[in-house]
Amino acid sequence: MIATGSSSPKIDRPLTVIVATDCGSTTTKAILIEKVGNEYRQTYRGEAPTTVEAPFEDVTRGVLNAIAEIEELSGWKILEGDRIITPYQDAKIGVDMYISTSSAGGGLQMMVTGVVQNMTGESAQRAALGAGAIVIDVLASNDGRLPHEKIERIRTMRPDMILMSGGTDGGAVTHVVEMAEFIAAAEPRPRFGATYKLPLIYAGNKEAQGPVRKILGEKSALEVTDNIRPVLERENLAPARQKIHDLFLEHVMQQAPGYKKLIDMAGAPIMPTPAAVGVIMETIAKREHLNLIGVDIGGATTDVFSVFDGVFNRTVSANLGMSYSISNVLAEAGLANILRWVPFTIDEQMLRNRIKNKMVRPTTIPQTLDELQIEQAISREALRLALIHHKSLATGLKGVQQERTISDVFEQQASGLSLIDMLKLDLIVGSGGILSHAPRRVQSMLMMVDAYEPLGVTRISVDSIFMMPHLGVLSTIDEKAATDVFVRDCMVYLGTCVAPIGQGKEGERCVEYEVTFPDGKMVKDRLRFGDLTLYPLELDQKAVITMKPAKAVNLGAGPGEPITREVYGGAVGLMLDGRGRPLQLPTDQQARVALLTKWFSAVGLYPTASG
Amino acid sequence: MAHSYTPGLTVTDHIEIKRRRQLPLPGTVLVQAGDRVVSNQPVARAELPGKVYPLNLANQLGVAPEEIKEYLIKKDGDSIQKDDVLAENKPLFKWLKTEIRSPLTGIIESISTVTGQILLREPPRVIELLGYVDGTVVEIHPHQGVTIKCACSLVQGIFGIGGETYGEVAMAVASPEEPLTPDRLRPEMKGKLVVGGSFLPADTMAKAKELGVAGLIVGGIHDKDLRALLGYDLGVAITGTEQVGFTLVLTEGFGTIPMAQKTFAVLSRHAGANASISGATQIRAGVIRPEIIIPQKAEQAAGLATACSERGDIQIGDSVRIIHDPFFGKIGEVAELPSELIRIPTESDVRALEVRFPDGSRAVIPRANIEVIEGG
Repeated sequence: MIATGSSSPKIDRPLTVIVATDCGSTTTKAILIEKVGNEYRQTYRGEAPTTVEAPFEDVTRGVLNAIAEIEELSGWKILEGDRIITPYQDAKIGVDMYISTSSAGGGLQMMVTGVVQNMTGESAQRAALGAGAIVIDVLASNDGRLPHEKIERIRTMRPDMILMSGGTDGGAVTHVVEMAEFIAAAEPRPRFGATYKLPLIYAGNKEAQGPVRKILGEKSALEVTDNIRPVLERENLAPARQKIHDLFLEHVMQQAPGYKKLIDMAGAPIMPTPAAVGVIMETIAKREHLNLIGVDIGGATTDVFSVFDGVFNRTVSANLGMSYSISNVLAEAGLANILRWVPFTIDEQMLRNRIKNKMVRPTTIPQTLDELQIEQAISREALRLALIHHKSLATGLKGVQQERTISDVFEQQASGLSLIDMLKLDLIVGSGGILSHAPRRVQSMLMMVDAYEPLGVTRISVDSIFMMPHLGVLSTIDEKAATDVFVRDCMVYLGTCVAPIGQGKEGERCVEYEVTFPDGKMVKDRLRFGDLTLYPLELDQKAVITMKPAKAVNLGAGPGEPITREVYGGAVGLMLDGRGRPLQLPTDQQARVALLTKWFSAVGLYPTASG
Repeated sequence: MAHSYTPGLTVTDHIEIKRRRQLPLPGTVLVQAGDRVVSNQPVARAELPGKVYPLNLANQLGVAPEEIKEYLIKKDGDSIQKDDVLAENKPLFKWLKTEIRSPLTGIIESISTVTGQILLREPPRVIELLGYVDGTVVEIHPHQGVTIKCACSLVQGIFGIGGETYGEVAMAVASPEEPLTPDRLRPEMKGKLVVGGSFLPADTMAKAKELGVAGLIVGGIHDKDLRALLGYDLGVAITGTEQVGFTLVLTEGFGTIPMAQKTFAVLSRHAGANASISGATQIRAGVIRPEIIIPQKAEQAAGLATACSERGDIQIGDSVRIIHDPFFGKIGEVAELPSELIRIPTESDVRALEVRFPDGSRAVIPRANIEVIEGG
């Protein structure tokens, strides 16, 4: 059956065993989920190279190889030749369902258009990002480019899909029609497949639907849906997002090698990987009533998700990553910003050459400790830049709908940063090789703390083996199964970071604190500026902290106001960060290296000569 | 177990390769299956639609968009010459007359009574797709291009910049360890593909540009020199369209790294031969590496193995190059292939192998940090 994406699959029996894959650009990752007693657990995993490219040119080869690895490890019989055995039979034969996500072949690349860049242009961008796309350009009537430059740009870009927006319903049609004329003149061609028409979604002023159909109906695979900005004060992204998912399945994926077969194999619509990750983040945030930031830092791109007060946002920094895009992190952050995290001195030329060598050989791994430290320094900058990018787009419009007043619109243009409030942040979820596979968990925690500079009390976790995409799709079919696995097997809680806001001279009093541990033991001490302190606190354990900040120091209750909070432990523990916010590092190289060395050894970040 | 992929660069004296030549948009294929073609011969042709210029007539004439047709002298699809009158008003007094003239030669693409603008399009530009390699056309892709088979010596590099070009292979150094200093470039190297050794300094690049060298093939360069050459810091390794005066292929990487002996030997053997070179690199899904293709004569081509993208698992005795610090650039052979995970100094447990170097010393290296030197 080919799932169309609009409807959830009907499940006519309880699910006992599920096999799920995520087809990434380089690796296809498979996991097996089983019902053990009353709860679902992830039991086995397998992976294999993705086979979208020559010589295989069939994504299902990699899927079958990854599932075959699960078969080998588990003793389960899942495959019968090239077929997945369904449903589950006793004696470890078959599975109830196969589901998958995909970002192979560069994911879903979209171009969006609007009339006013900061209004409909931005709404269209949010709709596309929320649907899991990479937005390669935003064209707007007021984007400063001349008409012929816009046409050239549309022509040279080869998106998988275009989303057109613009105008409120019943408003002027001229600018929207003009953009349609530009698109028609450019005759854009899709990235894959020279013979099919480019999918184009029109989600603008409904009065312009007729002229847009006339201009673009023949030249593109046009779909018309509800206006994403029906009135100035309200954003309505859901219909456009749904259309993007549908067209992704019906057009884009049909062109990618082997995807027709993959769609037939799957029991639920194939989702773009970031869309699935977004679904699981949103589900968890809503279930636990949390404000969270999630990050998935990959080789080529970094995705950032946030849910604040129930409002979901997602951005992708298409050229920030740890292998293919590592050199771009250097280009965007600058060498000085990377070097400030390196706890030794290094020749600039050598560092630049090393970064370029990683770019041209992206699958290599650090072999020595100093190389690991350099990679982790670069990751701090990639994470930091991706969050800045996210903050610039997570600007207060609700994922589906939000009522706004005219004054809100103007405020958004002016600030645009109002949604991400680090003091309200409850949880940071990190994912991606550099965070999930760091040799010591404390390294993951400190990378995120250094990059994000959480304020007040924030819990920190990582995705154990990158199974959030799988769980995102699963949550659309069986939320309980997805949540069980997410809580039990996916999330590795690292602990809690407590970071007072304020600055002072190194050694000055920052906070007086008391920590009461679960065994009743109490620690009373003073956190000074420049201190980084770590207390062991096991997973599933809670401690109670009382913090009495110095006069100008704030922990969320106001300057000098004490707080008492229950904090959670994890694989790392309770981290008290007295380094000051905003975090500032000395410009003098020797002083900086000394300070980094002090912090890193205080939390046991890296092995020392003595072990 | 998952497949352990250890992709290597192909460096070989004898191989049969196929290169698909594809037009950027549908056009006409100029050759037939079985035809012999040469590198600089056009094999397909397409017409790239001309640039489009919008002209807002309603604004210029000061009329409503829906009225513009009343003022137009030309209609949809009409051919126009630069300065032809496209539209004019009809005032009562002649001196109030406004004429809108065409800024270009081409056609009228469309007229919109909604926006009041007309779109003018320049004549199409013909683009010719060249053969790139000397060989035989083995497949025609109607309206798209051709596939050409070529028996050749092939050297793949790790990174390059610049597009496809052709020239005679010229050795500028005597050994792979020697850097390509400016004094090694001589005026007779104009239009040639010059092979250096371990390093290409910035002043050599400047001299190569001045002399008109077609291509440079070296072991390594410094990132800062690449940045100076391009004028920007390259963020993502997707290249091939740069225009810096020559095509550059690095065989080893960034830094001073002697060219692999085998690569140097293959290129040396073909000094004086004509070759094709491409700097195009794409290090993402669908990896493209830069390459130097030295076609062989028809009689040499008999009985060649076809280029095989799939390789078997790595074996003890395989020749490998280490592609990461601290042994970056060193070449050795696989001495041990332990199956268990090995803990390395970063405290990661990884699949590793033991490499024996020519001096007899051995080192444990993560499998991800070696590449098999392929081709025979």
